[in-house]
Amino acid sequence: MKHIRNFCIIAHIDHGKSTLADRLLDATGSVTDREKQEQLLDNMDLERERGITIKSHAIQMDYEYKGEQYVLNLIDTPGHVDFSYEVSRSIAACEGALLIVDAAQSIQAQTISNLYLALENDLEIIPVLNKVDLPSANPEEVTDDIVDLLGCKPEDVIPASAKTGLGIDEILAAIIERIPPPTGNVDEPLQALIFDSVYNPFRGVETYFRVLNGSIKKNQLIKFIATGNTYNADEVGTLRLKQFPRTEIKAGDVGYLITGIKEAKEVKVGDTITDAKNPTQNAIAGFEDVKPMVFAGIYPVDTEDYEELRSSMEKLQLNDASLVFVPESSAALGFGFRCGFLGMLHMEIIQERLEREFDMTVITTVPNVSYHAYTTKNPDQAIIVNNPTDLPEPSSLNRVEEPYIKASIITKADFVGNVMSLCIDKRGQITNQTYLTPERVELNFDMPLAEIVFDFYDRLKTVSKGYASFDYSPIGMRASKLVRVDILLNAQTVDALSALIHADNAYHIGKKMCEKLKELIPRQQFDIPIQAAIGAKIISRETIKALRKDVTAKCYGGDISRKRKLLEKQKKGKKRMRQVGNVEIPQQAFMAVLKLND
Amino acid sequence: MSGIYIHIPFCKQACYYCDFHFSTSLKKKDLVVEAIVKELKMRQAEFKNERVETIYFGGGTPSLLSFHEIDSIINTVYKFYKVNTNPEITLEANPDDLSKEKIKKLSKSAINRLSIGIQSFFEEDLKLMNRAHNAKEAKASITAAMKHFNNVSVDLIYGIPGASHKRWIKNIETTLSFNVPHISSYALTVEPKTALKKFIDKGVIENVDDEQAQQQFQILLEHLEVADFIHYELSNFGKEGFFSRNNSAYWQGKSYLGIGPSAHSFNGHERSWNIRNNSIYINSIKNEILPSEVETLTVTDRYNEYIMTGLRTIWGVSVDKVEMEFGKTHKNYLLKQAQKHINEHLLYLDDDKLLTTKKGKFLSDGIAADLFLLNL
Repeated sequence: MKHIRNFCIIAHIDHGKSTLADRLLDATGSVTDREKQEQLLDNMDLERERGITIKSHAIQMDYEYKGEQYVLNLIDTPGHVDFSYEVSRSIAACEGALLIVDAAQSIQAQTISNLYLALENDLEIIPVLNKVDLPSANPEEVTDDIVDLLGCKPEDVIPASAKTGLGIDEILAAIIERIPPPTGNVDEPLQALIFDSVYNPFRGVETYFRVLNGSIKKNQLIKFIATGNTYNADEVGTLRLKQFPRTEIKAGDVGYLITGIKEAKEVKVGDTITDAKNPTQNAIAGFEDVKPMVFAGIYPVDTEDYEELRSSMEKLQLNDASLVFVPESSAALGFGFRCGFLGMLHMEIIQERLEREFDMTVITTVPNVSYHAYTTKNPDQAIIVNNPTDLPEPSSLNRVEEPYIKASIITKADFVGNVMSLCIDKRGQITNQTYLTPERVELNFDMPLAEIVFDFYDRLKTVSKGYASFDYSPIGMRASKLVRVDILLNAQTVDALSALIHADNAYHIGKKMCEKLKELIPRQQFDIPIQAAIGAKIISRETIKALRKDVTAKCYGGDISRKRKLLEKQKKGKKRMRQVGNVEIPQQAFMAVLKLND
Repeated sequence: MSGIYIHIPFCKQACYYCDFHFSTSLKKKDLVVEAIVKELKMRQAEFKNERVETIYFGGGTPSLLSFHEIDSIINTVYKFYKVNTNPEITLEANPDDLSKEKIKKLSKSAINRLSIGIQSFFEEDLKLMNRAHNAKEAKASITAAMKHFNNVSVDLIYGIPGASHKRWIKNIETTLSFNVPHISSYALTVEPKTALKKFIDKGVIENVDDEQAQQQFQILLEHLEVADFIHYELSNFGKEGFFSRNNSAYWQGKSYLGIGPSAHSFNGHERSWNIRNNSIYINSIKNEILPSEVETLTVTDRYNEYIMTGLRTIWGVSVDKVEMEFGKTHKNYLLKQAQKHINEHLLYLDDDKLLTTKKGKFLSDGIAADLFLLNL
């Protein structure tokens, strides 16, 4: 056990985590040239394109140091706030962490909150100053920031460049010398932490775990404590670039488990694996059932595809346990599903995966958070409102509560004013303001979660010229003055466009929604009035003028081919539109309210 | 029965709205004509079994050609192709090239139809579009043309920014006063990468207004109907017996050979087009290589093209023809898709023919797209 090191990497998006991981794999000879592919650990196409790690992964490396052979387990962590629970479980599986900080951009909010998580778990932190080769790098100042933050010595900070390979050997040495080996007792009953799982269509769910005590053996009868299910450990092994089956994984080590589980939701991150016959008395603390934060309707563009959409969503759920959905119906869109997501990014990913992997063109309705509504009749009984149309009539409504979050924003001192006015505009209340360094300020706000859903990230980036980072955690429900703003197209309410909005902003947002829809809905053969309404009261109106001319004047020998292709393209675009009443609405119009400031 | 289109890629000056292929430097005119003659020889095999019914000089500005050049091209066609006894031979011409003497001389050549790019009889309009002629030349050229030619067509543009309905009506009336038997009339269209587009983007010229264009189109239809013109294609109007035979071939799916830079050809199942570059065209033809790209049409491509062109014409889209040429699935799809537009009075069925109504005509691209099938 004293030759094992378990560590993770804490970094902000784009600070070079994946590239650094590749370098470590290189330096330890864990990858053959043939296997080399940029950013090895991100193996979903989508991840590679977006440059973020969505699902965490783990990999084992061998490394000889001062004549002794070590096993290094790198546990990769997702870098987006939507997936912060998964990050916390990865951290719990380690004894140490590399804190990667971009030498040009310094420390970001995401990094800090994950760093706090790591410190709470008593991880040994190895600060790495990455991208020191960049012309814009500011190593002295950023080193000072790190020293301030960690209370370490400047010499503890390792200057590195994942791109050029600078500092990689020093990092490997620090992992071995500074991170403590795991503790644990092989003779105790099995106690292992599930920190991730991956769905494999051929082998079922692969569970990734860290053994704290005891050992896990091939064909052992095991039990998941939180779900209470027992399984046979069909295969256990260690994770290299390929899986290496073993007969046993002992305390301190990291591995994978295959039991023939077919559905991802049976494997819960944070759950404890133990021996079915001789169970441990200690479930690992910190298990949570991950709850969706954002809800939206997903509907097929073509109503006939409903059953196909259902089966696609079920398949998606097999490998994404955090996706939840129930059938719902909309007067405008017919049959579809109300889906719960971890956050906005998660929602976008699901939508994209439906299109890419299942060739399903879908309409996603205006996302919302989960509200609690109380009626005058039953003022103590919360009605959970995951869809604006479920909000009881105003006359019978006692009050509405909405989820609040504690937001942490780190920015340059220059932008404090801008960030504050944005947050106040978003109904935030400032709770704390700390100067981390003379140049960097951490601001804390209590804010409604719903305000984060609506174009908050983009505006935060704009007002801070990109120099603000953001993280949040839920802090419970609070009473709020909310009204439902409905949208009428051609005098017909389109329920899928309804949104719950704070009464003070309702007029303003209603007006903007009408303007945005006017921009996005193509002209048709008749005038289309767009109205925003609260109850029966119209608060805003726009008109899309009828299409008068839709023909090119010339169509001679040289025009036919080009013109046909143009019209075919137009037709393809139309396939992505949804007919509501006699109005054709493009897919993106349903998300319009998210982008009111574009 | 087939046509030959000859593209003459030269102009004296560039009209602001034009996105056709042309050069305002006439330096290579001799070489292009030489290459056109050679291309005609090279491609005779493609028309082995076809009889040439029409020859059409388009551009660019074909009236920039000398009599000798026109003759040598027409003679080459006669030498290497089977030409019908009574072919339609059209020359597109600009008023500033059409002196009385020139028209007289042209009438002695094999050319038997003139298509004159008048566009407007108002100086303001002509200046705004950067046409090379003035209003006086416009009128004089039609008068002279009508004296020596039996078959004359006039081009008019409507929907010009700032041009009132009154001015448009005046343009129509002036044209009718010459008794021309054919009129082509186009809505001013802002094409990408044209000077007009740039001026509109910069705010120098007011943008075109669809409402104005639609109203002026209706005005045109009313005036020409009274004057006994038949509206046989969206932008084309002819007296009985004076429809453009060459252009009708495009809309009826007949084959045609396009000669010269950027010219398009069609043989019933393939479309091909020559390169849009005079120098490359010249050099390539010199080396006996046709610088062209080919696209093979699928059944669905051909169906879509038939819908698109058919809806623009008086011949409409024949449901029987769709069934015969493309099959029952296409026919059923067509009828299913068309129903909505029939209900909205944009289309109607006359016997087996699907036609656009007055209301539907100006929306026919959108309707066609809706009737399209997409290749998977």
